[in-house]
Amino acid sequence: MDFELKINGVTHSVDVQPDMPLLWILRDILGLTGTKYGCGVAQCGACTVHMDGNPVRSCLLTVTDAAGHDITTIEAIEHTEIGSKVQQAWLDEEVIQCGYCQSGQIMAATALLQKIAHPTDEEIDNAMAGNICRCGTYVRIRKAIHRASSHDN
Amino acid sequence: MITKKPKTRAGSGLLARRRTVLAAAVTGGSGYLLSLFVPGLPLIKATNAQDIATGTIFKPNAFIRITTQNSITLIMRHAEMGQGIYTGISMLLAEELEVGLDQISIEAAPVDPAYIDAVAGEEETGGSSSTRDSWIPLREAGASARMMLIAAAAQKWGVPVSECAAKRGQVFHEATGRVLTYGALVEDAGRQSVPTKVTLKSAENFTVIGTNPRRLDTKAKTNGSAQFGIDVQIPGMKIGRIMACPVKGGRLTGYDRAAGMAVSGVVEILTLHDAIAVIGDHMWAAIKGLEASAPQWDFGPNAKTSTVDIIARMKRASEKPGVTAVSTGNTEQSLKNSHIRIDSTYELPFLAHAALEPINTTLHIRPDGADVWVGTQVPGRARQEVADATGLKPESIAVHNHLIGGGFGRRLDSNSIGQAARFAKQVAYPVKLIWTREEDITQDQFRPYYYDKISAGLDKEGLISAWHHRTTGSAVTARWYPEGMQKGLDPDAVEGAAVTPYAIPNQLVEFVRDEPDAVTTLWWRGVGPTHNVFVVESMIDDLAHQSGQDPLAFRKKLAKQQPRALKVLDEVAKQAEWSRKRPEGHGLGVALHYSFQTWAATVLEAAVSKNGEITLVRVDSAIDCGPIVFPDGVVAQVQGGLIFGLTMALYNEITLKNGQVEQTNFHNYRMMRLPEAPDIRVHLVPDPEAEIGGIGEVGTVAAAPALANALFAAKGKRLKRIPFAKQFGTEKV
Repeated sequence: MDFELKINGVTHSVDVQPDMPLLWILRDILGLTGTKYGCGVAQCGACTVHMDGNPVRSCLLTVTDAAGHDITTIEAIEHTEIGSKVQQAWLDEEVIQCGYCQSGQIMAATALLQKIAHPTDEEIDNAMAGNICRCGTYVRIRKAIHRASSHDN
Repeated sequence: MITKKPKTRAGSGLLARRRTVLAAAVTGGSGYLLSLFVPGLPLIKATNAQDIATGTIFKPNAFIRITTQNSITLIMRHAEMGQGIYTGISMLLAEELEVGLDQISIEAAPVDPAYIDAVAGEEETGGSSSTRDSWIPLREAGASARMMLIAAAAQKWGVPVSECAAKRGQVFHEATGRVLTYGALVEDAGRQSVPTKVTLKSAENFTVIGTNPRRLDTKAKTNGSAQFGIDVQIPGMKIGRIMACPVKGGRLTGYDRAAGMAVSGVVEILTLHDAIAVIGDHMWAAIKGLEASAPQWDFGPNAKTSTVDIIARMKRASEKPGVTAVSTGNTEQSLKNSHIRIDSTYELPFLAHAALEPINTTLHIRPDGADVWVGTQVPGRARQEVADATGLKPESIAVHNHLIGGGFGRRLDSNSIGQAARFAKQVAYPVKLIWTREEDITQDQFRPYYYDKISAGLDKEGLISAWHHRTTGSAVTARWYPEGMQKGLDPDAVEGAAVTPYAIPNQLVEFVRDEPDAVTTLWWRGVGPTHNVFVVESMIDDLAHQSGQDPLAFRKKLAKQQPRALKVLDEVAKQAEWSRKRPEGHGLGVALHYSFQTWAATVLEAAVSKNGEITLVRVDSAIDCGPIVFPDGVVAQVQGGLIFGLTMALYNEITLKNGQVEQTNFHNYRMMRLPEAPDIRVHLVPDPEAEIGGIGEVGTVAAAPALANALFAAKGKRLKRIPFAKQFGTEKV
C-alpha cells in the first residue's frame, strides 16, 4: 500500500504493509539511521521521534498511524530552537557514553522542554522514565536538561 | 598485601606476548583496501581511502598518518563503546605529537599485528586495559613521530635539531622565525630513521593529558550521524533476522518455507543446523517472515534443564575442595580458634549484558574475499570467525570496526559473527543480520552463576585471624583463553578474592570449576572483581557488625599497610559525611577494593520504606587510579559503572526453565531508569607516581557490596544473594 509520510518537513511516499512500524521505514527504507532499534516493544525509548511535537515510540507506531502527521527525527532536531539547545547541553555536560540511546534521550528531553520550559526534577523523572541508558548517564542527563532549560530567556 | 597481580582478563602481565609497539608499528596498517567507500563522519573517518588518494603519507608507525595536505589521522586500536577511549588515546598521541585534538581525525584500526595490545596479547578492548596498555607505548609513538618531523625540518633548514620545537602541528625555528607545517614535512620526515630512544615529557609539561577536552565521538551522537555497526548501509544490502534454537545444543527440524516466503518483502530463508534467518528488503519483512516460517526445534540434551538443577549441582560441587589459589598459614585450625566466626554462602546469578545495540553483523562474502562491518572488541577473532565459516583466507577479509552501542564484555565474543558469516556465505549480496532484543537476551553468553562458601574468624583484638573462601562456578578463561588457565585454576574466578586489600594471616582461597551445560558463559563488566568483591566486602562488613566495630574504621584497621587504601577511605568518609546521623530507614554502606590497578572506596546511602521500597539516595566514590589522562572520562566511567552495577544488584538474574532463558526483553530483564538513579559524586585523589590504573569497570565492582552493606545498615538484613529488590518484597525502587 502507498502511504505519504511527512518526515523532517519532507514528504515521502512509501509502498509498504499497513502494519509496518515507522522505525523500520526510517532506518531501512529512508536511510535515517539516527533513530535506533533497542527493544521493539516500547520499553527502552531508543526509537523515540516526535509526531506533531509529541514523543512517540516509532517501533510500535505503524505507518498507517504516522501517515498525515508531522514527524521529526533526531536528524532534524537541531533545526528546532529547543532541540539545538538540548544538543548543546548534552555536549556541555558530556552526557554521552556509547550514545546508542542518546537520540531517543535527546528527543524525549526536547519534547519535555517544548512543553515545560523549566521542568522540576519530578517532571524530568516523568518525562524521561521511558528511556533506558545502559551506560548509566542519568546523572548527567538530569543536569543537561536543567542546563538547557536555564538557557531559555 | 597487594604486590604483582595475577594476569587475568582484568589484570595484567602473566600472559603477555609482549612486543615492542614501535618496532611492530613501522609497517603500518595500510595493507587493506576497501571494496566500498562507507560514508564516514566529519571527524571519525570510516576508511583511509581519502588519505590514500592524496599521495605521499608520513606513517612513522601504525597509529599516525600525516598527508602533504596536513591531514593528521590517528588510528584507534581500541574500540569505542562509550568508555571515551577514542578521546583518551588521542590525548596520549596528541600530547607527544604536539597536535591539538581539533586538528586530528580518528579512524578505527583494521586487523593487523601492529595493533596488538601487548598486554592482552591480541587486538582487544577489554579488562579496563586500554589506557594502561597505551600509557607508555602510544606516547612513545607520538614522540617518535614528532622527533622525525623536527629532524626533517632541522635538516631542511640546516640547523641543529635542538634549536627546533614543535607545537600544534608545526615545527618552529625560533631564532629565524621559520615555520613548517607537518604536512610540508611529510616527504622529508619519511626519510628519517625511527628514533631508537624516545624521551617522554614529564607530567608538569603536559598540555593535553590531565585536561578535559570535549570528547571526540559525542557530537555525532547528538544528531544521528554516528554510525554504529547496526547503522551500516551498503548498496544492494538486504536485512535479516536470525533466530537460533532456544535451547543450547538443540537443532532446527523444520519450518514453513512457503508461509515465510509469502510475507511481503521477504527475499530468502536460510538455515543452519541450529538456526534460521529470514532475509528481507527491510527488518520488518524479516521479523514477520520469521514469525510466519514458524521454525520447529529438537531441543536436544538440555531440554529439561532449569536453573535450579544448575545451582543444585553447583552446590554439591562446592562441598569438595577445589584448586588452591592461595594458601597461607593454617586456615582450618585458625578458624577453630577464632574468637568470632562467621560461615556464609553467597550466590550471584547468571547475567545478560543487554547492551542497547543488539547483536548485529553486516557481511559481503564473495568467492575471493569478504567485508565485515561490525562493532567488535576483538577484530582479529572476528576475522578468524569469518575465515573459519567461509574457508576464505584471513588476509582476504576486511573487518571494518564500528562504534559499539555498549560492550560490557559482550563483544569480546565473536561467535555471533561466525554465525552471521555462515548465513551470509549462502547469498551473493551484502546482508545485515540482526538479533532482535529477545534473541540478544535469550542467546546471550552469560556472566557465570557463582556459588561462594566463605568462613572467616576474628581474634580478640578484632583482627581477621582466618579466612576461607571457596568459589564454585564456570571458568570463562577455559573457553575464551585456555592458555590462561593455571593448572585448573581460572585466575578470573578468584580475582578480588585471592588478593584483597586486607591483612589476612591464615588464608585459603579455592576454585571449584563447575560448567553449566545449558548456557555459555562470558566476561561481564567488572569480571572477577564484580563477583568476588561483593562476597569479600559483604563478609568484611558482616565481621565489623558482628564484632561491634564501625565498618569503615574496621577496613582502615585491616588495610593499614596500604596508604592508598587509607587515602580513598578517608576521602570518601569526609565527602559522604560518614559520621553524620541519617534518618530512620536510611543506611550507609561502604566498599573498598583494588582492581584494574585502581583503588576505590565507595559509600552508598540507601533508604528502605516500610513497604520495602528501596531508594538510592546518593553515592560517593573516591578514586585513585594513579596518573589520570582524562579526568572527566574517569568520573563518567565511575558514575556509569555504578549505575550498571546497581542495576544488576537490584534487579537482574537470568533463569532457565526447560533449557530456555525465561527473560526476554526489558519488561522482565529490568534496567534502572532515570528516576531511580542516585546522585553520584566521584572524588578523584590521584597518585601521579603510581602505576596507571584502569577505570571502565571500577564503579561496577563497587556497586553491589556498597548497596548490600547500606541495606544492612538500613534494615539489619544481610543480603547474600543477588538480586536484592525482590528480597524486600517489592521490585519497586
